[in-house]
Amino acid sequence: MWDYSEKVREHFFNPRNAGVLEGANGVGDVGSIKCGDALRLMLKVDPDNETILDASFQTFGCGSAIASSSALTEIIKGKTLDEALKVSNQEIADWLDGLPPEKMHCSVMGREALQAAIANYRGEEWKDDHEEGALICKCFAIDAVMIEDVVRANGLTTVEQVANYTKAGGGCASCHEGIEEILAKVAKDVCTAPTAETKPTPADVPVTAPKLTSFQRMRKIEETIESIRPMLQRDHGDIEIVEIDGKNIYVNLKGACVGCMMEAATLNGIQTQLVEALGEFVRLLPASMLGRA
Amino acid sequence: MSMSDAPIYLDNNATTACDPAVVRAMLPFFTEQFGNPSSMHSFGNKVGFALKEARAKVQTLLGAEHESEIIFTSCGTESDSTAILSALKAQPERNQIITTVVEHPAILTLCEYLEKEGYAVTRLSVDKRGRLDMDEYKSALSPRTAIVSAMWANNETGTIFPVEQMVEMAHTVGAQFHTDAVQAVGKIAIDLKKTQIDMLSLSGHKLHAPKGVGVLYLKRGTRYRPLLRGGHQERSRRAGTENAASIVGLGVAAELAMQHMAFENTEVKRLRDKLEAGILATVPNCFPTGDVTNRLPNTSNIAFEFIEGEAILLLLNKAGIAASSGSACTSGSLEPSHVMRAMGIPYTAAHGTTRFSLSRYNTEAEIDRVIAAVPAIIAQLRKLSPYWGENGPKEETFAPAYA
Repeated sequence: MWDYSEKVREHFFNPRNAGVLEGANGVGDVGSIKCGDALRLMLKVDPDNETILDASFQTFGCGSAIASSSALTEIIKGKTLDEALKVSNQEIADWLDGLPPEKMHCSVMGREALQAAIANYRGEEWKDDHEEGALICKCFAIDAVMIEDVVRANGLTTVEQVANYTKAGGGCASCHEGIEEILAKVAKDVCTAPTAETKPTPADVPVTAPKLTSFQRMRKIEETIESIRPMLQRDHGDIEIVEIDGKNIYVNLKGACVGCMMEAATLNGIQTQLVEALGEFVRLLPASMLGRA
Repeated sequence: MSMSDAPIYLDNNATTACDPAVVRAMLPFFTEQFGNPSSMHSFGNKVGFALKEARAKVQTLLGAEHESEIIFTSCGTESDSTAILSALKAQPERNQIITTVVEHPAILTLCEYLEKEGYAVTRLSVDKRGRLDMDEYKSALSPRTAIVSAMWANNETGTIFPVEQMVEMAHTVGAQFHTDAVQAVGKIAIDLKKTQIDMLSLSGHKLHAPKGVGVLYLKRGTRYRPLLRGGHQERSRRAGTENAASIVGLGVAAELAMQHMAFENTEVKRLRDKLEAGILATVPNCFPTGDVTNRLPNTSNIAFEFIEGEAILLLLNKAGIAASSGSACTSGSLEPSHVMRAMGIPYTAAHGTTRFSLSRYNTEAEIDRVIAAVPAIIAQLRKLSPYWGENGPKEETFAPAYA
């Protein structure tokens, strides 16, 4: 059973302003039938001063959806349209003495219905730009779509960064597996670094490359790495050569490549390119392995 | 509180009350009978005998051929995980799992995880009454199938799957067969020695035993790898000191379930049918879900159109009636019940599905009270619904801008 506040329970059991509003001149229909909520908000607006004279609602939804609708109508009655548009979903939730994190979307729906109803009164078209995903962080009510958007927009690669940007995962920490899955998914999508599967097929590399001198070989390794750096830099990462010891080439991955879920795949892909450029087998290893391999 | 407003518990598929006889049998195992059954002294010895007795009672309830086929676990979920992971470990040359779209999360979430690990998972679909298509199942079976896991009865609708037939089909390709029978055990007669079923999960708290105890039935000769390794408990097939008190409780519960099996399938069924008929006769725009001609005797799942399940439950609860719902909001997820969606029930009805699940403790008077209370609750919520007009569903469609 949800831990609903007394006020939520009161507004669910005895909703205010429920039913059809006769003479409504602004109607907003919003909802998400998949998540089980749909709301029709009806407003009677005084055309002279744009004051909301009366408001009512009809809601298909859970206890908090009905309570949020009821609260919304109480909050906006008597306000001008411009004042009403300033009502945030947090304000609706606060007015009800809080909502469980899983239920915050009920207050969001109330705010959207208000925007839609006002747009309808003004003869404008209202577009919903809010997409909702599965709830990941229950402590701060952050969903998967929000986390993925922020990860993509800011090139985030760690759970700590996600917590700093979105708060998600910064509480009880039990959602870290879910956040890591989103990071891995985004890393896979956006990473342009070469991997073994996506390696380019160089048509001009001879199957058996001519024998290189030590100096030529080093230059070749350097050139190959240089040609890959721009790809890594596009993902806010980088690479530098630390040591060349026979078949073992030691490198440092830098920036966003550090700790990236795709680190192993990136090294693997670069190694494939080196093998092709040099015409011999080499191993690409992180510098931390220096002296151990 | 008078009898007329005592709470009515109709959520027995979620969990059941411990039978008082079960609690009485358990109590000594918290006090004087505290010994470890593995110990050599008399403190342990007596507990060992009590476990043996409990095992025999569970064996009888399941109709298992051998006592050693009963492995005590901590819950149904542990039994499910053990069964599937064992089949994969024991047959590394096979990488496919076949299950159904309507399984409990104990199976589905594990399968999603195993899919990420590289296993191939086939999920059999159901028709609008929740029934499997045996042709689809047959064509899914392959020499790569490691295990088929299909529930005996569905927790939401009570729909029964033909597991005895399914196991024979699984064996034609050499696959193991597991059934999650946590809802079926104790409600319908089961005789495992007459079937080829390799593994079966049961959960104590679904049949009036306490929470925290379950069983994995493992047919003798089935290749098996333990999930928990450690001590030699349960013949080294499930390490960890036995939950003695709960196992003893489960033994008594199994014995009682056996005694009440006929009652469950006559009297409990009669009350369930009365409840369902009473609601369908008085509430417009509602229908029972699942395979109503082939389901558990205690379960009725009714979809009330154009209203949402959590709101129904809150009002039922206010009237002293405990039930459950397939609505998204009751679980905190964004989607309504995967079982309802798999049956193609429209969202406007799936969100309003309400499950009434009875037990042998429910009375005729209780059922009469529920039949009397439900119509007003449904009407009250429909008055608030934008999909509902003066006298029924709205003619013009309410089509909000969906997120």
